[in-house]
Amino acid sequence: MTFSFLLITIAILCVIAYLVGTRRAKSLASADTPLSSLPGHYGSLLSLWTCLPPLLLMLLWGIMDEPVIDHLLVAQLPQAVQEQGGTSVQLALSKVHNLANGANVEADASLSPAILHLVELQSRNELLSTGVILALALAGFALTLRRLVPSRNARNEMEGIIRGMLFASSGIAVLTTVGILASVLFEAWMFFGKVSPIEFLFGTTWSPQVALRADQSGSSGSFGAVPLFTGTLLISFIAMLIAVPIGLMSAIYLSEYASPRVRSFAKPALEVLAGIPTVVYGFFAALTVAPILKEFGTHLGLTVSSESALAAGLVMGVMIIPFVSSLSDDVINAVPQSLRDGSYGLGATRSETVRQVVLPAALPGIVGAVMLAVSRAIGETMIVAMAAGLAANLTANPLESVTTVTVQIVTLLVGDQEFDSAKTLAAFALGLVLFLVTLTLNYVALKVVQKYREQYD
Amino acid sequence: MTNQTMTTRAKVERSMGRRRRAESRFRTYGMLSIAFGLLCLVVLFGNILSKGTSAFAQTVLHTEVHLDKDYLGLTRQSSEKELMNGNYEGLIKQQLRDEMNVTKRSQRRDLYSMVSVGAHWQLQGLVLDNPDLIGDTIKVDLIMDDEVDQWFKHDYPQGIQGRLSDVQYQWAMQWVEAGRLETRFNTSFFTNGDSREPELAGVHGAIKGTLLTLLVTFLLSFPIGVAAAIYLEEFAPKNRITEIVEININNLAAVPSITFGLLGLAIFINIFGVARSTPLVGGLVLTLMTLPTIIISGRAAIKAVPPSIREAAFGLGASKMQVVFHHVLPLALPGMLTGTIIGMAQALGETAPLLMIGMIAFVVDVPGFITDPATVLPVQIFLWSDSPEAAFTERTSGAIIVLLGFLIAMNTVAVMLRRRLERRW
Amino acid sequence: MSIIENHKTDGEPFCDNPKLKARDVCVFYGEKQAIFDVSLDIGANEVIALIGPSGCGKSTFLRCLNRMNDTIDICNITGDILLDDENIYAPKVDVVPLRARVGMVFQKPNPFPKSIYDNIAYGPRIHGLVNHRDELDEVVERSLQRAGLWNEVKDRLHAPGTGLSGGQQQRLCIARTIAVDPEVILMDEPCSALDPIATAKIEELIDELRENYTIAIVTHSMQQAARVSQRTAYFHLGQLIEVNPTDMVFTTPQHALTEAYITGRFG
Repeated sequence: MTFSFLLITIAILCVIAYLVGTRRAKSLASADTPLSSLPGHYGSLLSLWTCLPPLLLMLLWGIMDEPVIDHLLVAQLPQAVQEQGGTSVQLALSKVHNLANGANVEADASLSPAILHLVELQSRNELLSTGVILALALAGFALTLRRLVPSRNARNEMEGIIRGMLFASSGIAVLTTVGILASVLFEAWMFFGKVSPIEFLFGTTWSPQVALRADQSGSSGSFGAVPLFTGTLLISFIAMLIAVPIGLMSAIYLSEYASPRVRSFAKPALEVLAGIPTVVYGFFAALTVAPILKEFGTHLGLTVSSESALAAGLVMGVMIIPFVSSLSDDVINAVPQSLRDGSYGLGATRSETVRQVVLPAALPGIVGAVMLAVSRAIGETMIVAMAAGLAANLTANPLESVTTVTVQIVTLLVGDQEFDSAKTLAAFALGLVLFLVTLTLNYVALKVVQKYREQYD
Repeated sequence: MTNQTMTTRAKVERSMGRRRRAESRFRTYGMLSIAFGLLCLVVLFGNILSKGTSAFAQTVLHTEVHLDKDYLGLTRQSSEKELMNGNYEGLIKQQLRDEMNVTKRSQRRDLYSMVSVGAHWQLQGLVLDNPDLIGDTIKVDLIMDDEVDQWFKHDYPQGIQGRLSDVQYQWAMQWVEAGRLETRFNTSFFTNGDSREPELAGVHGAIKGTLLTLLVTFLLSFPIGVAAAIYLEEFAPKNRITEIVEININNLAAVPSITFGLLGLAIFINIFGVARSTPLVGGLVLTLMTLPTIIISGRAAIKAVPPSIREAAFGLGASKMQVVFHHVLPLALPGMLTGTIIGMAQALGETAPLLMIGMIAFVVDVPGFITDPATVLPVQIFLWSDSPEAAFTERTSGAIIVLLGFLIAMNTVAVMLRRRLERRW
Repeated sequence: MSIIENHKTDGEPFCDNPKLKARDVCVFYGEKQAIFDVSLDIGANEVIALIGPSGCGKSTFLRCLNRMNDTIDICNITGDILLDDENIYAPKVDVVPLRARVGMVFQKPNPFPKSIYDNIAYGPRIHGLVNHRDELDEVVERSLQRAGLWNEVKDRLHAPGTGLSGGQQQRLCIARTIAVDPEVILMDEPCSALDPIATAKIEELIDELRENYTIAIVTHSMQQAARVSQRTAYFHLGQLIEVNPTDMVFTTPQHALTEAYITGRFG
């Protein structure tokens, strides 16, 4: 409520500031003191100084108020809860919040001082924030208006501010990376406080469910992630087995053999495969491919798990085909025609030219493309979440059920979370591994492709 | 010399058979690869369509219901609250029981379960709309339970009993012979939110949630993406920092989407305290995810603006900012919009990061604002696909068709925009 | 300087001992006609220079002689080209053995991104010309020697071919072509990307190669044509204007257009 009220008020102030600024500039202008910018520039400048600082403060306030309120609330909780610390405090706090907001939760008399305190804090917070933010808007308006003199170069100043805003926008991408890294690092750090990194990286038993029992601390659960890594690699390997040869051959056929008509039809059709949401592939893998494989296996006398690595890998491979083919297509097209001419001029056939001249020349680019595809396969979530299993088997048999890093992250984080349990934190440790591995793959792959492109530019 | 030339020719000729075979083999591999890709596409679409189209039909039973005043304890003058609380469920059960002459307890249960548990809401709705109906006998098309629905759509045409019990099968056949069982367009699939009962579950809530989430994503990612693209292409100095930003953006575009969910959970929800399961937090996460796509395509669009236009404006004494905002941006905007639509299409199909931030919750109500709990279409598909009932499998496919419809529409718009852009240059 | 309708080539386009015979060759790029009814003989063991202003079709004509134009989709050719009296555009003819017999050297040196050795060995390998490693070594050495490159690269045969200088790269491409032991070598402005010293070396090489091969060379430089060729053909806007012995073309050209070109009035 206050949020939209503040927003609308600031917007109105913004318009007023523009009009006032423009008019003031016009009235100030005279023959001996000409304006150094157009009147509109003064208006915009005034408007920017009026609304930007309060908007930034609003954002900051919105981020900061909850942690601060929670901090103040802790003192009002029953002594027993405070002594327990950690999870109990978190639970109590969320209960206080729910009760204060009138949610349908079982009342608890011991929390009533905290609830009262919270209601009071919330109303005080609302009042205070509204006051301070509006005051800042008015202060910005008044200060800028007083110094609005004709000699001031309003246009340059305004453009400087806008430039700063543009810069901040491009900084968000970097902040995102920092944010991802910080969030996974922080939680993973807490995880490694409970489970040793050695056990996590080299242990071969994964059963986080054990840690759920209240009387047990997290460290007694098994968090050996090796079965997850091997499962991920197994499924990715199967996917690559499909995607790389088929994607590469498709790219070769499209760029070296296909007539323009075939190309204009087949290329976009293949790209449609890339545009289909992964959840659709997952559904297809789980409800169509897996049963077919299972039945087929039974015919051959094999035991195929209904959540076999093969089903997930096959469908993931199909999903990645267009990815490999369009990247390889770019790379193959970057090979200069003169090399092909040289080969044809010696009497080589098309396939000899492709295999012995074009592909070796394009090899770095293709390697880059495959690395990007691998990174994609490792990070793919929905197909494996729907078609692969949860059982952390350490196996290389594609007919058995395996689990992957991404599946475990989803499983551990969906549903109720307690941010102290090793089970939840383990998801972030897995996320850290996933992020670092894919980031490295992407970084190296992009470098390789870039180098390759420079070679033929 | 002639001799040697002859042998060269002979050797080349000799090798030709083997080489021609190798050539046609290679060519065939290429064609097979393309064919495989296209086949997958056809199978995928065919599979979804064949499973999903029946989700748009719903089996109903033509019934005459006497709105018995005494049974309901209502009059035409009853208040709205009273009308809402009438025992319509019992009424339907009673009338069905009488009609089919069922007395045995076990058979009764069989009979009741053939009509959807939502059927009484139909009566309630009719009565609320027009209280004068009370006391009359009205004709209603009662929604049937998913078991009957599945049987009528899939098993009956093949003449099999399916999962119906013997007695249910008899009744159902009686209804069919009387012409009372029929399928009609499943409007409730588009007007209902989620439900535990397949025949009542619809995608309205998910579509609304998707639209709200995409709205947040668009409102944030478009301006920020455009601003970042402008800065990097027009203002950024060529230095180490710019280089890092560029590498960063390219890398982010290839980072697994699930890590964005981790960020959303740890930072937006746990630190900033944004409410879970809402389109707001979903939109924030998807914004971060689509930004790299939008920035990269935005920069390409800016690059495509001919330098002569910039020079002309500079020649007139325009400032850098004026050149960019008055000349470059309007010309690059269609291209940027195309990239944004493609980014939004990606966001529309995204599931994994939204699972992390609680959009997987079972939400029956249709969300009205960005801070209401909601789910989105892909997550709805994920949820339904987990349900064991055949009817839910059908609905999952139906929801996928709806999702693909949205995607096709968005991509068509993007293609049309690009066409128009091409015509201008 | 407009197109002359039905121009009949001046001089003597035919010769006694022809290796390649072109008859009424027309080339179209889509709708546009690039070559108009060109008839020309290329004699065995002669060097013929094709000269003319830019865009006159001389390179296009050269690329017809081993069907390199096949790689361009929109290119259509009518007329006959006969190699040893066999029509190379006959439906049954496979371009692969044809190109093994009629090799080509391109304007810009285009060594494959492989070692020097593998560049030369590529042709013999794909055509199955050698059976043993020793034989292949021999072919590589012989080709490099004939291209005058052996002494410069014999110590680094396994270094990448792209690491050589421009002139060396072009001689590598010539060596690569003669490793297949073709009957005809087509050269499309082989020296245009090279400096004068490298050019002199290539010209020397062409002169030596004449003993064993028939050579057709497209060149922009009239001095080069004068130095290396026995006959010269002058192309103008897709037509073959004049063919005569080289010294005659440069001293007493028959056609006014030829004279205008060699005296530098256009080009």
